[in-house]
Amino acid sequence: MDPLDLARWQFGITTVYHFFFVPITIGLSLLVAVMQTVWMRTRNPQWLRLTKFFGKLFTINFALGLVTGIVQEFQFGMNWSDYSRFVGDIFGAPLAIEALLAFFLESTFLGLWLFGWGRIPEKLHASFIWLVHIGTVLSAYFILAANSFMQNPVGYTLNEANGRAELTDFVAVLTNPVQLVTFPHVLSAAYMTGGAFVLAFAIWHLWRQGTAQSDKPMYRRAAKVGAWTVLLASLAVIVSGDFQGKVMTEVQPMKMAAAEGLYEDVPEGVGAPFSIITVGTLDGSEEIWAVTVPKLLSYLATGSLEGAVEGIDHIQERYQLTYAGSELTAVDDYRPVVPVTYWSFRLMMGLGFVGMAIAAAVLWALRGKGDESGETRLEGNVWWARAGAVVLFLPLLANSFGWIFTEMGRQPWLVMGLMTTQTGVSPGTTAGEVLTSMVLFTLVYGALAVVMVMLTLRYGRAGAEQVPEDASYDPATRSEDDAFVFTY
Amino acid sequence: MDLPTLWFALIAVLWIGYFVLEGFDYGVGSLLPVLGRDGADGAPAETRRRQMLGSIGPFWDGNEVWLLTAGGATFAAFPHWYATLFSGFYLPLLLILLALILRGVGLEYRGKVDSAVWRQRMDWMIIAGSALPALLWGVAFTNIVRGVPIDAEMEYVGGFWNLLNPVALLGGLVTLTLFLTHGGLFIALKTDGRLRHDARALALRLGVVAAGLAVVWLAVMHGSTGNALSWVLAGLAAAALVGGLVAARGGREGWGFTGTFVAIALATASLFVALFPDVMPSTLDPAWSLTIENASSSQKTLGIMTWVAVVFTPIVLLYQSWTYWTFRKRISGHHIPTDVHHAAATAETRDRTTA
Ligand code: HDD
Ligand code: HEM
Ligand code: HEM
Repeated sequence: MDPLDLARWQFGITTVYHFFFVPITIGLSLLVAVMQTVWMRTRNPQWLRLTKFFGKLFTINFALGLVTGIVQEFQFGMNWSDYSRFVGDIFGAPLAIEALLAFFLESTFLGLWLFGWGRIPEKLHASFIWLVHIGTVLSAYFILAANSFMQNPVGYTLNEANGRAELTDFVAVLTNPVQLVTFPHVLSAAYMTGGAFVLAFAIWHLWRQGTAQSDKPMYRRAAKVGAWTVLLASLAVIVSGDFQGKVMTEVQPMKMAAAEGLYEDVPEGVGAPFSIITVGTLDGSEEIWAVTVPKLLSYLATGSLEGAVEGIDHIQERYQLTYAGSELTAVDDYRPVVPVTYWSFRLMMGLGFVGMAIAAAVLWALRGKGDESGETRLEGNVWWARAGAVVLFLPLLANSFGWIFTEMGRQPWLVMGLMTTQTGVSPGTTAGEVLTSMVLFTLVYGALAVVMVMLTLRYGRAGAEQVPEDASYDPATRSEDDAFVFTY
Repeated sequence: MDLPTLWFALIAVLWIGYFVLEGFDYGVGSLLPVLGRDGADGAPAETRRRQMLGSIGPFWDGNEVWLLTAGGATFAAFPHWYATLFSGFYLPLLLILLALILRGVGLEYRGKVDSAVWRQRMDWMIIAGSALPALLWGVAFTNIVRGVPIDAEMEYVGGFWNLLNPVALLGGLVTLTLFLTHGGLFIALKTDGRLRHDARALALRLGVVAAGLAVVWLAVMHGSTGNALSWVLAGLAAAALVGGLVAARGGREGWGFTGTFVAIALATASLFVALFPDVMPSTLDPAWSLTIENASSSQKTLGIMTWVAVVFTPIVLLYQSWTYWTFRKRISGHHIPTDVHHAAATAETRDRTTA
């Protein structure tokens, strides 16, 4: 394999891996902060137990988000040095600001939160986990602004003298139309993931034999919080995703056409259909059997049921004319791999819809049976437990497919319209070097995944620990050092 | 000062912040096998190790962000420097990244399973993950300052083994021993009892070695590329180190730690002064060197970055210092709960009862 393919695989592997932990971190930090706040308001010890329970699972997840993020920070220089030279003037700033604004906030206040139990006044202590959450949201904003520049470069000019893109308007970079729809979409997808995480563990404990009757109300509460979060977040995901489709059609029509495998133009007034499932030839150019919704693609792309949608072949011709002039932009083929874009788009949406449906069903099942026990329909039926296990993975996978769609659908562009992926790779690094790093990262990441899942299951199964009845974590009223129990 | 020069200085500050802060937690991590043994006062090895790790627990992640910020700032302010350095020093950087991964996981997961084998594994990840970067950053900085083969296209063309020249390896030993001393003094400052005493004694011995190596290394470095100011800074760094060791010997751990802190800061500063106005000199042709001028971003970007840095760096410094103040108490053996790993233990017992 040549260094280009290897570099792409390496980037794809490390980034998708990083993004397993990212949405959990963003979503769970919010929910833990909410739980701790509710405990301070109500003084109901069950909320404290839930805070500590999900707080521990949060730290297990955060650790891997952190260490895999470090790799991300340096990868652009290692494998994509020509890209770094070309856009560093614009792309570097959000990255640096992310570190200064977000990473310091996250890491410092997470340390304070973890080690501060019983050493810091309660209100102050609760504010730390909120600051951690704010840090994760800021981090998402700046990194997504960087990514949006790659999807739709704005606020720059090409400097003829040194052949690179230079910044002209930083506000335009931070308010890129793509960014304005991507950020809400990714953020709500992360909340959906966090909600599913809480929901899954709550259902598990409601179903397990070992769970004490007295603990069940606590897990029912958690299940409700999780299910509502999934439901509301998935609505936001759908609305923002719909907006995204329109922006995408404008700035990256090829991606939209590839998402449907639409080769020929559909003129105004006809209405392009959207297929739910297609069986066809491998490159998607011929269809054998399909389930389609009439006019839906036109609606997704343009907001009108009869809007015109440009097909792949036409865009290809157009790009060949427009971009032939420069070494940075000329390639033979401007088409992404159609089956990948087609299926990743559908899997993203499909898995999300199923997750939403499960959350809604859980909310229905959580209504009491109406008798004395307080039991709900959820308990005692193994199918709910299975649904709980599945619901954890649906948004996670939907996130991955969303990114694979966004990034693969952009190909062959690295920066849309400015630079193709093949011209961005480091010219000096050898295939051997990239292969070494890819193999080592993959092995280490694989081993870490095993450890992380093992720990998550172990702590997840143990459930929420008891706390003293008069639970207070104010240092004024405590003598023992609780932080050590929580950390080392 | 024009903006590129200002950013050269700011990036120097970020690296200094990284080395003086993360330097001690690399030191603490690397010293686990030496200081984390059964104490003469009967304290078990495990208690001592947890005292040591507890002393850096709330801080190490925040310290590491100095590296991330240095990386991001280099990308933003000197894209060519970022591109040449990290694609050129590919394999050493890969080793550093893998080390940081293992170390971070070791620190976060060590207490999560109550088993001696598990803790031993995590400890080795922490030890290797701390010592390796401590060594490799010295190697990398020696090469940056002395120059490496860079061609007309700003690409590094020297290969891997070229980076492991004798002076660079000496530089690696210097950063390693300096960070070990720094970490030893931190433990002496932050813990109690026999561990404190042992840490101080060890740091003094390591400090002498570090001082000896550092003097030779700094002389070689500044002998070839230095100027008057860089010599002065290097001399002050050596004086601070010696002063710190003397103070520590007299039982003043706070001053001892300040000594290594200042020494690391000044030594790093002296390297950046020697580097100026290059950022990565070429040994093939001086005309091909990356300089502050030819590697930097546009005025526009640097201007925006300056505003961001001016506003937010003080805030970060403020809350980070506040963290150190909050956790200023020494950690003594009896802070460590006797039902070791309460949480991990319960998780495990329940595992067994439900299995
Ligand atoms: C939408 C959000 C998002 C996206 C697209 C990315 N990240 Fe990330 N990153 C986060 C959201 C995030 C986070 C939620 O803030 C994390 C996850 C776990 C954590 O520790 O913070 C994080 C951690 C994290 C860290 C460690 C921070 C620390 O020490 O606390 C670094 C250096 C990066 N990321 C860098 C990157 C780079 C260079 C990316 C681009 C390829 C990237 N991340 C994609
Ligand atoms: C700001 C954030 C991001 C930036 C700057 C970025 C940039 C890049 C770059 C430079 C490549 C390599 C070129 C290529 O082969 O396409 C790439 C590929 C890729 N990225 Fe992103 N990416 C970002 C976020 C993500 C995230 C969070 C994910 C998903 C988890 C993701 C998924 C992918 C995938 C799957 C590829 C491989 C596509 C391919 O090689 O064809 N990206 N991205
Ligand atoms: C009906 C539902 C959905 C629609 C219409 C939708 C739409 C979109 C579109 C059009 C993009 C591509 C944006 C671009 O490349 O410019 C995208 C990307 C993405 N989607 Fe979705 N999506 C939906 C559901 C979901 C779900 C359920 C998740 C995860 C929980 C998710 C996560 C993502 C992510 C992480 C990306 C990549 C980042 C980005 O470009 O925003 N999406 N989505």
